Amino acid sequence: MNVLRKQKIAFACLSGLGLLTVCVLIFIIGYILSQGLTMINIEFLTSKPRKMGAEGGIFPAIIGTLYLVITTMIIATPIGVGAAIYLNEYTSRGKITSVIRFATEALAGIPSIVFGLFGFAFFVILLEPVTGGWSILSAALTGVTMVLPTIVRTAEEALKAVPDSLREGSLALGTTKWQTIKGLILPTAMPGIITGIILSIGRVVGETAAFLLTLGGTLLIPQSLMDGSRTLSLHLYMVAMETGAMDVAFGTAAVLIILILIINLTASWFFRRLIKRFS
Amino acid sequence: MSTPQIAAKNLDLFYGEFQALHDINLNISEKQITALIGPSGCGKSTFLRTLNRMNDLVKGVSIKGEIQIGGENIYDKSVNVVELRKKVGMVFQKPNPFPMSIYDNIAYGPRAHGIKKKAQLNEIVERSLKQAALWNEVKDRLHSSALGLSGGQQQRLCIARVLAVEPEIVLMDEPTSALDPLATLKVEELVNELKQQYTIVIVTHNMQQAARISDITSFFLNGKIVETDITSKVFTNPSNKQTEDYITGKFG
Ligand SMILES: Nc1ncnc2c1ncn2[C@@H]1O[C@H](COP(=O)(O)OP(=O)(O)O)[C@@H](O)[C@H]1O
Ligand SMILES: [Mg+2]
Repeated sequence: MNVLRKQKIAFACLSGLGLLTVCVLIFIIGYILSQGLTMINIEFLTSKPRKMGAEGGIFPAIIGTLYLVITTMIIATPIGVGAAIYLNEYTSRGKITSVIRFATEALAGIPSIVFGLFGFAFFVILLEPVTGGWSILSAALTGVTMVLPTIVRTAEEALKAVPDSLREGSLALGTTKWQTIKGLILPTAMPGIITGIILSIGRVVGETAAFLLTLGGTLLIPQSLMDGSRTLSLHLYMVAMETGAMDVAFGTAAVLIILILIINLTASWFFRRLIKRFS
Repeated sequence: MSTPQIAAKNLDLFYGEFQALHDINLNISEKQITALIGPSGCGKSTFLRTLNRMNDLVKGVSIKGEIQIGGENIYDKSVNVVELRKKVGMVFQKPNPFPMSIYDNIAYGPRAHGIKKKAQLNEIVERSLKQAALWNEVKDRLHSSALGLSGGQQQRLCIARVLAVEPEIVLMDEPTSALDPLATLKVEELVNELKQQYTIVIVTHNMQQAARISDITSFFLNGKIVETDITSKVFTNPSNKQTEDYITGKFG
């Protein structure tokens, strides 16, 4: 068999596999949307659930998702970006840095249910007087431990991508290091940092296992951060498992897919802007 | 000649174990253009970067000897490096405009130094761009990205950015090496203009350039200064054999 022929066969196989992947993806999303989209209307989005969620809307889950995402990100963003600034701007590639880096990478590989177990034991049980037990706060703190590695790493990459010639140019004008970071480095790296934040939001929105153990899962609308709640993912799981109301489950799934799609598109938009900035 | 504005005295510089500068002694006078020439790797950039202490950013650098600017040793413990760099501006080899608008590039330094009033910033931006002979080309697009400018325009923008901070001394490290001949000519004209107001130290690998624009030329070789003299003398009647070999193109 000649080389050209081999290449042709390889190409055919690979493009076949590629096509298969796309087909599976389209089938899954198409199936869920076809089952779920008919459920979605204003009433479904804005009314309270009835019969444990088997009927009615998903309003509390939407509110719960929003509260949890916002709380998690408000805590995680400054810590994560701060750590990235410290790692990239204030340490040379020494011992501490590699230890911290190893820790963040290791953290990223841990299954989320393990974070859930930790969050349950630590935030829900041990710190109950502070967190209110099963609560948005407990879940958010658990979420923070999960998304921190992503935020630190993406922010660090974004900071690393800022050329040193810019740092030199700024310092040579008689600015301090902090002025340089605040006025030039951070704004330049911002699209990349925001990409990490958006990816993290997606992770929180999509997470189920960790919040099953920390968020409680009540259908009431939370009045404070110390109240329990449920997210859309959690609601989907509970409705499907506890009530078997597949129409509501698919409706929730459709809302989730649309939400994740929006989040990912925004992330890639920011990513493209980052790339454009440096070329 | 008046008392020098910059005086390097018995300056040694080490990158870790490696000695990059050996016993440098050089006097630089006010409102003159001093060119540093020499083959690549001979320590021109290293010396230039000692004058605004940019070498402080490089790990493992140590320095012996003194550099006096206006009579004060800038390596003295009491010296505020940030203040020093306001006084001693620097233009780099590769244009390094910030990824922001033309206006914000120029206003960056003044803003960092506490100037907030819009009218005052406007005035600084206009004055600096005019000084850098860039105003006419960009006055209608001050708020578009500086990255959209041509290489030569970017370099003049970087010069304007330095001038906006009102330094006394401007250091230039091969400012035209990344530019085409026409853009190079423009920058050279500009440098010649600037000497009315500023003391300029320029590193160049281009001997014609040194001959064209500088008053004093200092020839570096292997981390040492071989010869410093009035430019016309260095290029027509050098007192050292090595200088002669270099300017006649025997090496480098
Ligand atoms: N950051 C650095 N670390 C170690 N050695 C360096 C560094 N920068 C320059 N050098 C060395 O110092 C010498 C002088 O370099 P440089 O000042 O850049 O020369 P020039 O500007 O004349 O080409 C060279 O041998 C170079 O390899
Ligand atoms: Mg050099």
